[in-house]
Amino acid sequence: MRQLRIDLTKCNHGRDCEHECESACATKVFKLDDPAMAALHIRDHGDGTGTTILCDQCGDCVVVCPAEALKRNKLGVVMINKSLCVGCYMCVGFCDKEAFERNPGWAEPYKCTSCGICVKACPHAALEIVDVPEPAYRIV
Amino acid sequence: MSQLVFDPSKVMDIDYTLRTEYHAELERARASRTVLKELAYAPSLPERGYNDRTLYVNVDTLQVEEKPVTRQMKDVFLGGRGFGLWHLWNAVKPTTKWNDPENEIIICPGPVSGITQYSGTGKSLVVSLSPQTGIPIDSNVGGHFGPFLKFSGFDALELQGKAEEEVILFIDGQKGIMRFERITDCPEDSHVLAEVLTSLYAENEADRVNVSVVSSGAAARHSLIGMLNFSWFDQRRGCIRLKQAGRGGIGTVFRDKKIRALVCRGPRIKSDLNHVADQETLARTAIKYHKEIRDNDPHQCMMRRNGTAHIVEIMDAYDLLPVHNFQYGSHPDTVKIDSAYWQQRCTQRTSDGCWYGCSMACAKGADGVVLKTGPYKGHMVTVDGPEYENAAGLGSNCGVFDPDYLLELNFYCDTYGICTITWGTLCAFVMECWQRGILNKERTGGLELCWGNAEADLEMMHQLARGEGFGLIAGQGVHGMKRIFAERGWGDPRLMQDIGMEVKGLEYSQYMSKESLAQQGGYALTNKGPQHDEAWLIFMDMVNKQLPTFEDKAEALYYFPLFRTWFGLNGFCKLPWNDVVPSDNATTSEPAKVPEHVQNYVDVFNATTGLKIDKEEMIHQSAKVYNFQRVFNIRMGKGLREFDVPPYRSVGPVTREEYESRMERYDQQMRDEIGVDPEGKSLEEKMAITREFRMNRYFKLMDTVYQRRGWTPNGVPTQARLKELGLDVFPEVVEVVKNHGG
Repeated sequence: MRQLRIDLTKCNHGRDCEHECESACATKVFKLDDPAMAALHIRDHGDGTGTTILCDQCGDCVVVCPAEALKRNKLGVVMINKSLCVGCYMCVGFCDKEAFERNPGWAEPYKCTSCGICVKACPHAALEIVDVPEPAYRIV
Repeated sequence: MSQLVFDPSKVMDIDYTLRTEYHAELERARASRTVLKELAYAPSLPERGYNDRTLYVNVDTLQVEEKPVTRQMKDVFLGGRGFGLWHLWNAVKPTTKWNDPENEIIICPGPVSGITQYSGTGKSLVVSLSPQTGIPIDSNVGGHFGPFLKFSGFDALELQGKAEEEVILFIDGQKGIMRFERITDCPEDSHVLAEVLTSLYAENEADRVNVSVVSSGAAARHSLIGMLNFSWFDQRRGCIRLKQAGRGGIGTVFRDKKIRALVCRGPRIKSDLNHVADQETLARTAIKYHKEIRDNDPHQCMMRRNGTAHIVEIMDAYDLLPVHNFQYGSHPDTVKIDSAYWQQRCTQRTSDGCWYGCSMACAKGADGVVLKTGPYKGHMVTVDGPEYENAAGLGSNCGVFDPDYLLELNFYCDTYGICTITWGTLCAFVMECWQRGILNKERTGGLELCWGNAEADLEMMHQLARGEGFGLIAGQGVHGMKRIFAERGWGDPRLMQDIGMEVKGLEYSQYMSKESLAQQGGYALTNKGPQHDEAWLIFMDMVNKQLPTFEDKAEALYYFPLFRTWFGLNGFCKLPWNDVVPSDNATTSEPAKVPEHVQNYVDVFNATTGLKIDKEEMIHQSAKVYNFQRVFNIRMGKGLREFDVPPYRSVGPVTREEYESRMERYDQQMRDEIGVDPEGKSLEEKMAITREFRMNRYFKLMDTVYQRRGWTPNGVPTQARLKELGLDVFPEVVEVVKNHGG
């Protein structure tokens, strides 16, 4: 299963960069200028700490989806089929990493597809795509 | 009682995709299909929750007519149950009986129904004159039919007339076609019928998700207690699931009209088919609520694991679980049917909402059930739930503590098209009649209907489905059985009146109200009869202790029936309101009302309709419909004070055994609340004193509640109250009130 990971010894929550990862995701994946609309988030709290929001492809969203709109592809990555999505946002609400998101005005939510665009954009090489075993679905 | 912890390793390993399939039945149905009439129509999607179109159908003449939804209808009745009552009022006369052709079945989803974001928003409201009560019954049901009907172009479906031969109405909202059909080789019981018709009317396998079927079953045809099943296609299980419009016998009306089924094929569901006014507020409110369920449900109710059955053990612990026809409130064997068992037996690794977007997801299913009795003996089926009401009604109230039999009873009630709550209470009455010698083997035709005899219970139900034997008598309900048994001289009518748990002709649902004055009123002061959806006060009164004073209880009987009415006007489910609550709810000024969730409802309603109501206007909206329904009851001859009196079993101990079983409690109450020393008094004297006190207290409550509701001491809304609510614009409504001193 392809999974996006971050090395926090190399990333200090964007204090030494321009959040290139978020910008690359927003512009290249979603064709938007606003990095807030990216599928990953690196947040500096201003007190030396920060938060990273990354999808680890755990599959909880697949379990809660009532429309069978979320499935793993052959690489194990959870993909959304927009033609089946009913816009209930349970995937957003039940994601305990807060990595499934909805942007204002969008009918369907979105998530990281482990495409690796952010990996290439990171100036500190803090992001990587790794191949890990697919976890069993949880009861959510 | 300790907090139950979910252990995933204990969930039974059952393949939820396996069950008996009905291919032969499908092929026979396909081969015997005749089109009686077909017509084209223009489908539409709602704007801000409304299509402004009603579909009227006469199933006898096959006449189809469109009626506008007027501004006045929306202003006064809002939708859902309100629209249903208004259409019914216009369709019937004061003399109309349930089986007259002019009686209608009206199905209305409500303006909010069909949004896919907030939990519990796919409901349909079904209204008809009840065969059991003779007055309007309303039932709030899940499944996908209501939203599909709405997204096919209609805010309500009125069904009138009585067909001479069986008829199926198919509404295709994708193609704009309505068709009346007859299938001569057609199953009748719902689990087969809905499965067959879903496949028959879907254009391919993927299309099954767009089809919903309304059906009943064989027992509905032979009884007064029939219900309607509303289906949806469960994509993971690969089968249809059913939700029930259970109470009051609407399924009986349906089968009396010879309607075999209603089928609606709607458009593929997307995020905004309601064309709401403010999608952003809707999305924001919904996501907030989903997170709350995610975080709080696992340590509050575990609705996602247990469904409503999570309260079985709570009710037992607080002496509120009906046992042996509401004689007692707990039983040592409850542990066999509590939620610790159901969360192992029900399938867990799936999504169990009865409409899209319901994160509460209480529509649990027990898969891989192999039936032991009846016409489907040996079949492997999926059984809904069981919900709390079924575990209590079919289980403890009848002394049945075998979960396999409980599931089988649940299954057959559903597929035969009879109400599980009603069956539970009427069977409990039958079993107590057996206990007290009112019934015996000779009188039941050989059925040994003693406590806990699930096989006899099931056979009584199979008899009803076959239209024979003692089952036919049971199918008349408690009210009918009391009359029949008395006419035959089988028992003391006064005792049967005391232990027969019905008011207005409708059986009680499954809560022991003896120690909860608020719930006594919550049952007997209802519009449609003793169903808890109007005023489920027992939990806040007895478990959460939120209604300590007489005044609190009376006020609760003003506010909550109105608040809960509002769900049915809009197409909401009630459960997401107060089963799981925000973490800080206890610190709010009115925790019983769950203020944050009330605001959610205001926000969702406003976001859908574009109106700007607040929580006070919400109650005002409900009060219009609630009072209209009360006047409707009076118009039909059953709305006055005399019909709001409960059987004594729901108020206090009827028998010596009941008093003796809680002697310490009753003696203590005699000292503290009545001011009488029980010392030296005989049991009969103490029972008489307790009875007089409790009934007087109930009547005092009734007086206070009537006054608070703006009704006369005889239970009639005053003309001033009608004016306040804007109902004085309907001369017929005013006339009814005037004629009864209002």
